[in-house]
Amino acid sequence: MSVRTSGQIEKGSRQFEYLVRLGDDRLVLGHRLSEWCGHAPILEEDIALANIALDLIGQATLLLGHAGKLEGEGRDADTLAYLRDAIEFRNVLLVELPKGDFAVTIVRQLFFGVFGLLQSEALQRSNDRDLAGIAAKAAKEVRYHVRHSADWVLKLGGGTDESRERTQRAVDDLWRYTGELFLADDVDRAAAAAGVGVDPSTLETTWHSHVEDVLARAGLTIPETLYMQRGGREGRHTEHLGHMLAEMQIVARSHPGASW
Amino acid sequence: MSTSDRAARTSGAESDGAPRDNQWPLWEVFVQPPGGEPHEHAGSVHAVDAESALQNARDVYARRGEAVSIWVVQSAGITASTPDDMGPFFDPGNDKPYRHPQFYKVPRGVKV
Repeated sequence: MSVRTSGQIEKGSRQFEYLVRLGDDRLVLGHRLSEWCGHAPILEEDIALANIALDLIGQATLLLGHAGKLEGEGRDADTLAYLRDAIEFRNVLLVELPKGDFAVTIVRQLFFGVFGLLQSEALQRSNDRDLAGIAAKAAKEVRYHVRHSADWVLKLGGGTDESRERTQRAVDDLWRYTGELFLADDVDRAAAAAGVGVDPSTLETTWHSHVEDVLARAGLTIPETLYMQRGGREGRHTEHLGHMLAEMQIVARSHPGASW
Repeated sequence: MSTSDRAARTSGAESDGAPRDNQWPLWEVFVQPPGGEPHEHAGSVHAVDAESALQNARDVYARRGEAVSIWVVQSAGITASTPDDMGPFFDPGNDKPYRHPQFYKVPRGVKV
């Protein structure tokens, strides 16, 4: 094994960090969405949400597995998913918030779905060929996720007084978590400069035009909030992530090394 | 029995097309398997409109790569035969083997 210079280690760990961000967003959102299994308003929607959750968890498995290989310290996707604490997770705050009512879930799926779609489409051109392959598979899946959530937002916004109020409230509550999606730091910029990743700030304008178009057609308004929450990318999470991980990780942590 | 009565009875909907219970309207789902076979009836889903019916059908009947195309049609739009129709509709065919091509011998000199 060749000795790596500190520059290579630095570069490698930045790419690991970049991949973990991609993986954690999808892992945490996928788990949140899986909480609807058996509880969705109708059977067909129960299956739809579970399908989307599985797509996201599948994407996370590939991304975290790829990150673990790149790190070269023997951590696989399961180790990264089940044996890290909240402070080591790098997902945005938006995806860790409780699932809320159906409106909150659907609005969040629209917000993250459009982001995930733009990100996946850009990452298909990554010069990390594994990442490009994962992104190409994900883009197909997420295109459907966006169609599903956008359709629901239109229905809920144009539905009854109650559905419109709840959906507007969800938009109001979640909007302040959307700014974090587009924050770029050294990790993002290094990944973009190396041709591996995409600088999330470059996706913001397209995301806004797409999301605002759906909200406008649904008769929903965007709150006039200037303050945006942040912290997830640095491991500063809401209290909700710890509770979620306790449930998500308990089996793996209670039976270390078990396979099933 | 009138046509509209039949449609209502087979789809579980009132004759005005409104659902009898508080469920969303029912849609019949037809999927075309990869390989070009004709669409086949796969089952049914509840949905408020055609786009949702397509999405629900995709999630319930085509998530494992079973289909290259999906049709949905409101169940109320289907007129079905009833058990009472069985005799007059289908029995007369049973004793008419000459309606099958196999009934006829291939003439000599014709290559098959």
